[in-house]
Amino acid sequence: MIRIGCGQGFWGDSFEAPIRLVEDGPLDYLVLDYLAEVTMSILQKQKLDNPSFGYARDFPALVERIHSKGVKIIANSGGVNPIACAQEVRKRCPSLKIAVVIGDDILNRIDQYPLLNIDTGQPLSTVKEHVLSANAYIGAFPLADALQTGADVIITGRCADAALVLAPMLFEFGWSPTDWHLLAAGITAGHIVECGAQCTGGNCLADWESIPNLATIGYPIVEAHPDGTCVITKHSGSGGRVSLASVKEQLVYEVGDPRAYFTPDVIADFTAVSLTDDGPDRVKVTKGRGLPRPQMLKASIAYHWGWKASGTLTYGPPQGREKAHRAAAIVNERCQLLGLHFDDQVTEVFGDDWSILRMAVRAKQKAPVERWTREMIPLVLNGPPGATGYGDGRPKVHQVAAYWPALLPREAVSTRIQVLK
Amino acid sequence: MKIRLAQIAHARSGDKGDIVNIGVIAYNESDYEILLRELTPERVKAHFSERIQGTVERFELPNIGALNFVCRQSLMGGGTLSLLSDAQGKSFGGGILSMEIEK
Repeated sequence: MIRIGCGQGFWGDSFEAPIRLVEDGPLDYLVLDYLAEVTMSILQKQKLDNPSFGYARDFPALVERIHSKGVKIIANSGGVNPIACAQEVRKRCPSLKIAVVIGDDILNRIDQYPLLNIDTGQPLSTVKEHVLSANAYIGAFPLADALQTGADVIITGRCADAALVLAPMLFEFGWSPTDWHLLAAGITAGHIVECGAQCTGGNCLADWESIPNLATIGYPIVEAHPDGTCVITKHSGSGGRVSLASVKEQLVYEVGDPRAYFTPDVIADFTAVSLTDDGPDRVKVTKGRGLPRPQMLKASIAYHWGWKASGTLTYGPPQGREKAHRAAAIVNERCQLLGLHFDDQVTEVFGDDWSILRMAVRAKQKAPVERWTREMIPLVLNGPPGATGYGDGRPKVHQVAAYWPALLPREAVSTRIQVLK
Repeated sequence: MKIRLAQIAHARSGDKGDIVNIGVIAYNESDYEILLRELTPERVKAHFSERIQGTVERFELPNIGALNFVCRQSLMGGGTLSLLSDAQGKSFGGGILSMEIEK
């Protein structure tokens, strides 16, 4: 049996969680998922500004903090610059053996494939000149091969989140690429823990008021067995709760057809899975069922769409809600007078006597958005009475990096492993 | 007898682009039949009539007593394009539990 902890559900998740996982109880592998759909485009921008950036820059310090415990670390912290990430880790921890899995980056080859948008059917050529980053989702087998080198730390870029968890099972148990049910069992466990504390009591609706000690919530651990049985648990003494309810909520999280959860290595059927209570803070996951891996790999592409901004104002009683609506009408009339046009805009009013007005706009051109950001704050003096909550000042203009999901042939992607000693 | 869905089920929602998915889970698996009968895609779409612009598709997970609703065109573009406060559809899970159903 091996213990795999997941200490990061996205870049920006608790810095302390992976430290607690490593220090507060037994653990064999620590996996860290840093990459959301558009994170790659943010990292790409950082790399353009500085060629030695483009990865999760808090990762090397984390490795330095925890490596002495001897837990193997597998992370997609490499972003669009996994080699630079590995070099920084090596600088801080010269005794560690580091393996980097590369090959996910397809930015220089996007001309070679149609890369039809999964949602709209349009070819990527319609936005080609705006593409910021393009990466194929790679699976768990290259990561397992990297473990085979004896590395202490495995760093990669855009791999499937759940593959980070499947990889040590492949390496330890020797599962083959056609052991579909075993692969599905590993992916199912990976899916349950890939969002960190979302399966240990975080963001859990069932009985949420009684979930204990969220301030010291334990991040999830998979106890994986060679026959595919996995137990989801957390370190004893940590906060939160692992229950059938918390695990069920996560099993259906961000899922389309539960009979066919696509990953690079296997299509997992979540309707076959059996969940059973295995004692306090323990849920056993069995009966994984898998179908052969898909012919195509998913690509994660981000492109520059345009610009957006949002701002809020707070109105106090009496009639906070009416004041907020009147304020929004004034902003919109001002935009009309100024001749500003937007591709989309939203007005939301939350609350009643006390109300928060939130407005947002989006446009291809930066100028109208920039101009719009100057129209909300003046309402404090020149609009309905009692506006407050403007302490953050004028709304900021943000670039919109939009997501372009597509498929490409498996043969188009070849991974390789680089070992830094 | 009319009850709120919250009395027999919990839920979690999330996003994939402009799609929101809502997993609804019976506290007691014996109540799964009620979910199957009461939570039709049409009723879910009507419950969120102002937010779901596209189709609603329902998938069944009898193994955990749950239904999964895949709601298209529900986030004004979704991801970074969406201007909504709830651009990731996190509030749909709590929102569906206020539905009134026949027990």
